[in-house]
Amino acid sequence: MSRLTVKFEELAKTGRKALIPFITAGDPEPGFTVPMMHAMVEAGVDIIELGVPFSDPMADGPVIQKASERALAHHMSLRKVLMLVAEFRRKDEQTPVVLMGYLNPIEAMGYEDFANAAQRVGVDGVLTVDLPPEEAVECVGLLKSRDIDPIFLLAPNSSEERIRLMSEAGSGYLYYVSLKGVTGAGHLDTANVKEKLDVIRANTGLPVGIGFGVKDAQTAKTVSSIGDGVVVGSALISKIEAHLDDPTQAKTEIVELLKSMRQAMDS
Amino acid sequence: MTEKYNMPDERGHFGPYGGMFVAETLMEPIQELNTAYQYFIKDPEFLAELDDDLRHYVGRPSPLYHAQRWSRELGGAQIYLKREDLNHTGAHKVNNTIGQALLAKRMGKTRIIAETGAGQHGVATATVAARLGLECVVYMGSVDVARQSLNVYRMKLLGATVVPVESGSKTLKDALNEALRDWVTNVDNTFYIIGTVAGPHPYPAMVRDFQAIIGRESKEQCLEMTGRLPDALVACVGGGSNAIGLFYPFIDDTSVKMYGVEAAGDGVETGRHSAPLCAGRPGVLHGNRTYLIEDDDGEIIETHSISAGLDYPGVGPEHAWLKDTGRAQYVNITDEEALVGFHTLTELEGIIPALETSHAIAYAAKLAPTMDKDQTIIINVSGRGDKDILTLAQREGIEL
Repeated sequence: MSRLTVKFEELAKTGRKALIPFITAGDPEPGFTVPMMHAMVEAGVDIIELGVPFSDPMADGPVIQKASERALAHHMSLRKVLMLVAEFRRKDEQTPVVLMGYLNPIEAMGYEDFANAAQRVGVDGVLTVDLPPEEAVECVGLLKSRDIDPIFLLAPNSSEERIRLMSEAGSGYLYYVSLKGVTGAGHLDTANVKEKLDVIRANTGLPVGIGFGVKDAQTAKTVSSIGDGVVVGSALISKIEAHLDDPTQAKTEIVELLKSMRQAMDS
Repeated sequence: MTEKYNMPDERGHFGPYGGMFVAETLMEPIQELNTAYQYFIKDPEFLAELDDDLRHYVGRPSPLYHAQRWSRELGGAQIYLKREDLNHTGAHKVNNTIGQALLAKRMGKTRIIAETGAGQHGVATATVAARLGLECVVYMGSVDVARQSLNVYRMKLLGATVVPVESGSKTLKDALNEALRDWVTNVDNTFYIIGTVAGPHPYPAMVRDFQAIIGRESKEQCLEMTGRLPDALVACVGGGSNAIGLFYPFIDDTSVKMYGVEAAGDGVETGRHSAPLCAGRPGVLHGNRTYLIEDDDGEIIETHSISAGLDYPGVGPEHAWLKDTGRAQYVNITDEEALVGFHTLTELEGIIPALETSHAIAYAAKLAPTMDKDQTIIINVSGRGDKDILTLAQREGIEL
C-alpha cells in the first residue's frame, strides 16, 4: 500500500483532513526547498506537492509561472528535483511527496528511467497536468508497478464518465480543481464545489483533494469540510515572491499561514 | 503505398505524434469542438457557406503562376507559385480562420481568441471576427508586437484587443500558452482559433482540412497548365499550416516530392534556429507530441528566426509523422539565405514575399537547378511581404 493511501486512511480514522501545500522546487533558489519542506511538516501538513518547474507552464497563473522561471534561472530540472526528494527523505520517511508538473520533462528523461528514479528517491505520487488518462496508459502502468500513485485532476466540467475514467486510472487521491482557470485565480464558490463533490463521490472511492482558490485559514476550513484534502499553492508562493530579498521571512510567513490553516481545519 | 493515407486516428494520433495532451479543464471543450467539427465538415450547408466565403470574401481560387523569368535564370525545373499572398489579408491564414469562425458561430460562441507570431493569423482572425461581430482577443509575444507593429495596428483597427505577452521568451510559444490560459478560464463562451496545425486534437487535422484547399487547387491548376502532376512541392514550415495545406492532397501521389523548409536562423549548427524537424527531438508541448527544440531536461529552448511566423520551437505533429515515414523531407534555410530569396523574387518576378515564404523561395532556388527543365516545382507563396518591410529596412540600415 502506498504512503498516500496509508496517510488518507490514518486521517479518516481520526476524522481529520489532509493539508497539502504546493511549492515549486528550487524557488527562489534550490537551497530553500528541503528546509522549507521540513518546516511545513512541522507546521502540520500531511502531504507535500512539489512543483517541477517547466519552461511553458500552460495551466498556471502568473504566481506559479514566475516561481517556475525563478527555479529555472537556477537550472532546476526534473533530475535535480528528484535529488531534492532524496535529500528530504534522509530526515523524513513518513510524509508523502507528490511531484506535480508537465509531461515534457518526463518524456525527455524517459518514462521508465523516471519511474525507476522516482521510486528510488521515495516519491509517492506523480501529477502530470497535461497527461490525461487517455494518453497515460504506459506511464500509469510503470508508476503503479512501483507503488507510485498517478494522480489525476478533475475539473468542474469533467463528466461522470471522465470521473470514473480518472478514478480507474488514478490512485492515492484525485485532485479537484475547483474553478475553471489557471492556478491562483478567482475565488471559491462553496455551493458549487459541494454540489460537484457529491457527483464526484458518487463515481469514485478515492479521497478527493480540492485546490484552486484556497487563500487563507477560512477558505481552508471551508474546503476541508467538503473534501478529504486541501491544496494550497499560489498563496504560499506569493510569500516567496513578496520576500525575494529575505527568504527566511518568506519561510516564516509560509509556516504561519499553514499553521493557521491547520488550526482552522482541525477546530 | 497501396493503402490510402488516412491520418490521424480518432484520438488525433499520427503514429506516435499528435494526441490530446491538455489539462482536464480543456478536455470537455476540445471534445465538444471535435464533435462539432466532425459533424459540420460533412454538412452540405456548412460547406456551401465556407465555399461561398472563400470565393467571394477571400478571393479564391488563388492563381498558380508560372515564374518564367526566375525559372530561366535558375536554368532547371519550371517554378510555379501558388499565390496565397493574394488572398484577402495577404496570407494563407484566412482559409483557416474563415472555417473556424463559421464553426464558432454554429457552436454559439460569442468570443474569439487567437495567438499570433508574425501577426498574419491575428489579422486573419480579427478580420473574420469583425465580419461576424464577435469579440476578439489576440495574444502576441511582446517581442513580436515590437517587430510586427504594422499588423498590431491592423488588428486594432479591426476591433481586436491585442494583448502583449511578457512571459517566457515573449514570442509565439508564449502567446500560445497565454491563449490556452485564457481558454481554460473562459471555456463557456470562447472559441480558440489556433492558427497552425499544432495544438491538441482536433486542431492539427481541422486546420489541415481548412488549408487543404491550397493543395486541391494547386493540383487541378497544375494538371490544367502542364498536363501532369508537379514533381516537387516546396513550402516553409513554422507550425506548418501552409505546408500541410499544399502537401496533404498530394500525399498519395508518391511521385510528388515534398520539401518542408524550416528556419535555420543563424544556422542550425549555432543552436540559434527554429528547426525542430531538422535539429530537435520528440516531446510534448501545447497539447500534442511532436518534434521540439528543447534541452536535455525537456525545457523548451528559445528559438531564433528573422521571421516571426517561423519562430516556434514545435511543429505540427503530421509533419513529424511525414518526416519519420520519409514521405516528406525537411530542410532548412538561414536568415541570410531567406533574405536573398526575398530580393530574388521581388526583383525578378515583381512579387514581394513574406519573410516566412522567403525561406521556401531560397530552398527552391537550390533545388530547381538540380532538376530537369521539363520538371515542375510548386512553391507555396504563403504570404506577402508588406508586413516585413520595416524589419528589412532596419536590417539593411535604411531609414524610412
